Amino acid sequence: MGCGAADVANLLRAGAATIAEHRVELIDLDRPIGDADHGENLNRGFGFVVSTLDTAVPETPGGVLKLAATTLISKVGGAAGPLYGTAFLRVATTLGDRPDLDASAVVEALRAALAGVVARGKAEVGDATMVDALTPAVAAAEAAENDGIAALLSAAADAADQGAESTEPLIARKGRASYLGERSVGHVDPGARSTALLLRAFAEAAR
Amino acid sequence: MRVGLVVVSHSARLAEGVVELAAQMAPDVTVLAAGGLPEGGIGTDYDSVVAAVQRADAGAGVVLLYDLGSAQMTAELAVESLADPGAAVVVDAPLVEGAVAATVAAQGGADRAAVAEAAASAGAPPGTETAAQDAGAAQSTTLTLRNDVGLHARPAALLVRSIAGLDADVRIRLGEDEADGHSVLALMSLAARKDDTIEISATGSQAGEAIRRIEALAERDFDE
Repeated sequence: MGCGAADVANLLRAGAATIAEHRVELIDLDRPIGDADHGENLNRGFGFVVSTLDTAVPETPGGVLKLAATTLISKVGGAAGPLYGTAFLRVATTLGDRPDLDASAVVEALRAALAGVVARGKAEVGDATMVDALTPAVAAAEAAENDGIAALLSAAADAADQGAESTEPLIARKGRASYLGERSVGHVDPGARSTALLLRAFAEAAR
Repeated sequence: MRVGLVVVSHSARLAEGVVELAAQMAPDVTVLAAGGLPEGGIGTDYDSVVAAVQRADAGAGVVLLYDLGSAQMTAELAVESLADPGAAVVVDAPLVEGAVAATVAAQGGADRAAVAEAAASAGAPPGTETAAQDAGAAQSTTLTLRNDVGLHARPAALLVRSIAGLDADVRIRLGEDEADGHSVLALMSLAARKDDTIEISATGSQAGEAIRRIEALAERDFDE
């Protein structure tokens, strides 16, 4: 099964719906270790992504993702804007003007997203960030590449879930939570959680 | 044509305050604030950072300074999105000291790399600055500060500006302490007050001219 611009737009709509649904949970995760704005910011950003897509859907998957990237960068004031924005921007650049994506293109896209987040946030695995969810997700997607887009996204979402959970005992080393040092232990990183939520939404929408 | 500066902060008021302070040191430098969200909340706004960078660039490039974490990311994204990403650079520097050091360097006509370096080295602990280069025989003189505030921020900025562009490496000494005569912050850290006697030494082909200008400035009580 291929994946065209309209399909990618639908994945983003599903992602937006999930973020809206989990807005309060993300705010609550962010409150003790951050500034309690992750759910709000991300929800606002994805809300704008959806309303922009409702006006017009660009012709290629890359175009859709570039639109999402620029919208998130402009509309999300906290770290999530530049981080997710860079991720989607790198994916858009990687995909170029391909009209349709196969499984290997989706894996390549996930790799580009991870590279973008790492380049922007300069975090490594174990710092209690989005990278802890995205890194195992990329590995799982690579391993499941031959099973098709839906299956590889599902494997990526499973791995991201576990990766997000793995941030709970960690000391945060990046972002606002890092100022808390030891006190950041015992909290799931909100960025890792939202990454896992988005991948799960993409996986379910791709089925 | 001077290098412009953009101060990126989560808070509009913090950005404006830093700009106010820095601009006072360097009347001819474009220093712009890009702080807070358009609706007035705390955060950094990509679009206003991009707009500020474009406005601050008079052709000599722009140096961006930031306050915390995601402000750096927003600033870097803004630079990457420019038609010529080489026209601007994001510098990791202490915000207040970096902004002051960078604007004074820009006022003196330093290029983008030198302005960035001035900001970046503003947070370096004393003693890490590079030693005076050995460039011919040193000339020196001593003078006593007669102005009310000594080598405080404004007089220090005037001193640095008076010798900017000269081929001279100037060192200022007060007792045991020595400072780079081209760094406002280093001069301020000497804490030279009224009636203190400082020693000025200079090397380079225009060492004499540098000393003459500093003497003239002190003679005028730094225009106080």
